[in-house]
Amino acid sequence: MEQLKITSATPNSALLDLPWRLPLIDWPSDVLAALPRGISRHVVRFVRLDGRVLAIKEISQDVAFREYGMLRQLRKLEIPSVRPVGVVTGRTSDSGEPLEAALVTEHLAFSLPYRSVFSQWLRDETANRLIDALAVLIVRLHLAGFFWGDVSLSNTLFRRDAEQFAAYLVDAETGALHRELTRGQREHDLEIARVNIIGELMDLAAGELLDSEIDEVAFGNSLVDRYRDLWEALTGVEAFASDERWRVAARIERLNALGFDVGELDITTDIDGTTVRIQPQVVDAGHHSRRLLKLTGLDVQDNQARRLLNDLDSYQAATDRQEDDPQLVAHDWLQNVFHPTVRAVPRELRRKLEPAQLYHEILDHRWFISEQSGHDVPMPETVASYVKNVLRYRPDEKAILGMEPGDEPEGPEADYFHYAAAEPGDRD
Amino acid sequence: MASVTYDHATRVYPGTERPAVDQLNLQVEDGEFLVLVGPSGCGKSTSLRMLAGLEDVNGGHIYIGDRDVTDVQPKDRDIAMVFQNYALYPHMSVADNMGFALKIAGTPKAEIRQRVEEAAKILDLTEYLDRKPKALSGGQRQRVAMGRAIVRQPQVFLMDEPLSNLDAKLRVQTRTQIASLQRRLGVTTVYVTHDQTEALTMGDRIAVLKDGLLQQVGTPREMYDTPANTFVAGFIGSPAMNIGTFEVRDGKAVVGHAAVALERDVLDQLSDADNGKVVVGFRPESLDIAHDDSQDAFQVKVNLVEELGSDAFVYGELLSDGSAGDLHSGSSDQVIVRIDPREVPMKGDTIHVTIKQGQEHVFAPSTGARLSK
Repeated sequence: MEQLKITSATPNSALLDLPWRLPLIDWPSDVLAALPRGISRHVVRFVRLDGRVLAIKEISQDVAFREYGMLRQLRKLEIPSVRPVGVVTGRTSDSGEPLEAALVTEHLAFSLPYRSVFSQWLRDETANRLIDALAVLIVRLHLAGFFWGDVSLSNTLFRRDAEQFAAYLVDAETGALHRELTRGQREHDLEIARVNIIGELMDLAAGELLDSEIDEVAFGNSLVDRYRDLWEALTGVEAFASDERWRVAARIERLNALGFDVGELDITTDIDGTTVRIQPQVVDAGHHSRRLLKLTGLDVQDNQARRLLNDLDSYQAATDRQEDDPQLVAHDWLQNVFHPTVRAVPRELRRKLEPAQLYHEILDHRWFISEQSGHDVPMPETVASYVKNVLRYRPDEKAILGMEPGDEPEGPEADYFHYAAAEPGDRD
Repeated sequence: MASVTYDHATRVYPGTERPAVDQLNLQVEDGEFLVLVGPSGCGKSTSLRMLAGLEDVNGGHIYIGDRDVTDVQPKDRDIAMVFQNYALYPHMSVADNMGFALKIAGTPKAEIRQRVEEAAKILDLTEYLDRKPKALSGGQRQRVAMGRAIVRQPQVFLMDEPLSNLDAKLRVQTRTQIASLQRRLGVTTVYVTHDQTEALTMGDRIAVLKDGLLQQVGTPREMYDTPANTFVAGFIGSPAMNIGTFEVRDGKAVVGHAAVALERDVLDQLSDADNGKVVVGFRPESLDIAHDDSQDAFQVKVNLVEELGSDAFVYGELLSDGSAGDLHSGSSDQVIVRIDPREVPMKGDTIHVTIKQGQEHVFAPSTGARLSK
């Protein structure tokens, strides 16, 4: 008889304790952290293991291994995506019936499913930011040669990234990596995305979870526009007269401002040398996060990094250290400003948000209360005010999943989100 | 509805020299269910994706009806990739789940309702139209997904291994459903699979590909009865055809202890490149048990008997004094013989078998091409 087998790059024996002899749908609620929302093609369940939340999906063995490999490749390509944990095969029930294989991924901490974002902030602006984040993700995937095949808000998780969102790929089941995508593949992915987004928003509207002012079709179309603008900015050919060389540097700065580094730029001139054409060949996302990582060792998302870098710049100016080694200044900023600020937040409230996001919100709050009081409010006072007036009322976003097990709504779907309480012993 | 034409259509992936699909010429008739089948890497999915507009066509043309779509973007081709994604929306009724793509396209409400009702009738979903998808069974949900494609009334349905995610039982069930639904709708359909049983049971016609080259197109019966070459002969049919290369002596193929007579015009077609040899194939059911040592009977030593109730198969090895002619069946190096399930030999027995009159398939060793009629 076939034996239960776990294929994993990071083996964790605790995985063996899960009730693999039961079909996923029958797993008892005491092992489950939550049930997913919506109707999925496959049975999916969340479990808590060693302080992490894992997502488990039942699929055929071939598909499981394929998706596992695909997610590993995407991680190597530094595409924001969920971390694959392993594939469980050789499952049999107590009566000896073979059970489907299971793909195990780690739930992305501090991520927000789109339904939860919409049910909290029913604003145009929020929807726009989600669409922007998804457009960036699709562009990054396409630059890496990945055809997604099932782009949707449901197959994406969002993380706060300063005032924006960052999107992460969750489901790679239909995806395929190519050396380079054709225009047809990119267009097809976009059309799938457009139709799926509109469908998902129409569904929220049908559940009365969406502001009736919101135009679903316009939102779907705006993704296509955002994608095209970004794709053109990143890959388009730009031609100019040869005495306008400053435009090379300007293009690179523009890409940096969009959060991308230029790894390779093609520069060609025509025969008489009057026209120069430039086209980025290799662009890498994460311009700001790479810079911050190098200076401080902090590994955060790009917009958060941009915010922290700005604060670091102000610190450098305020302490009059423009001539000093940037790494030394960064070290001092980390020790004297960033860490003390985050630590000033009470421990039990600190885990509601990621540290970098917390810091970003405190900076925002400082600006807000400084304006109100007409003078610069010092950091300790700002933190106290932020904790008292803002953070206390915020939900815990470390692990927002679906419904509490046993809480499946009866009758018409009552859509609400279960904010899974963090367990004692979770990292803070 | 429309026909589909591949006219010398070629796809070469950047950085490779050999085309993934090489000069494909294929006409799919209006309303036909055509299955592209072949082993992994044969170019079947690439061919489908060329039709979908996902792969560039580097040479030749593709037509849908009379329209050259070679350079048309996927969404403007009027095709539907069925089953690609079928997440259903929990708050929307079954009718809205089926019709929302039309709503996006700005189709008038009354027309949406009419098309949804028509599709629901075909799919046996009429009584569920106003319910939520939660109330549906797994199979019904899948039909809603199919309904989404149907209401768009595309010219062509494209399906790329749609059953690969299902377990064996559901696969057989869904296979039948798709085939009968396609016949009722009459929409031209191109279907990709690696599974020759799926191809035989579903397609009006089958196109077998290998290494980017079209090997043969025909009805399931034609492919089974008159495979055009050794590849198709070995690929189509389960259990697979027994195929081996044998010496030709006195106008006969020497198969073990037997001499199998070859037709005059088969012998005429053999060339020097064939080196005095010939490839002979025969299906497991094309053999008769010979009760005496007749001259055209060869001996098979029984290694295993597989009893299936209605059928029984002997897996064995060809006995011979010289070379056994690398006789094999599919990937196994055994000879397979279908026998009467009520007269089963024992493991280790030797049985004498003859090829039924006219049921041998003869191919040229040098080219693999079919020589017999």
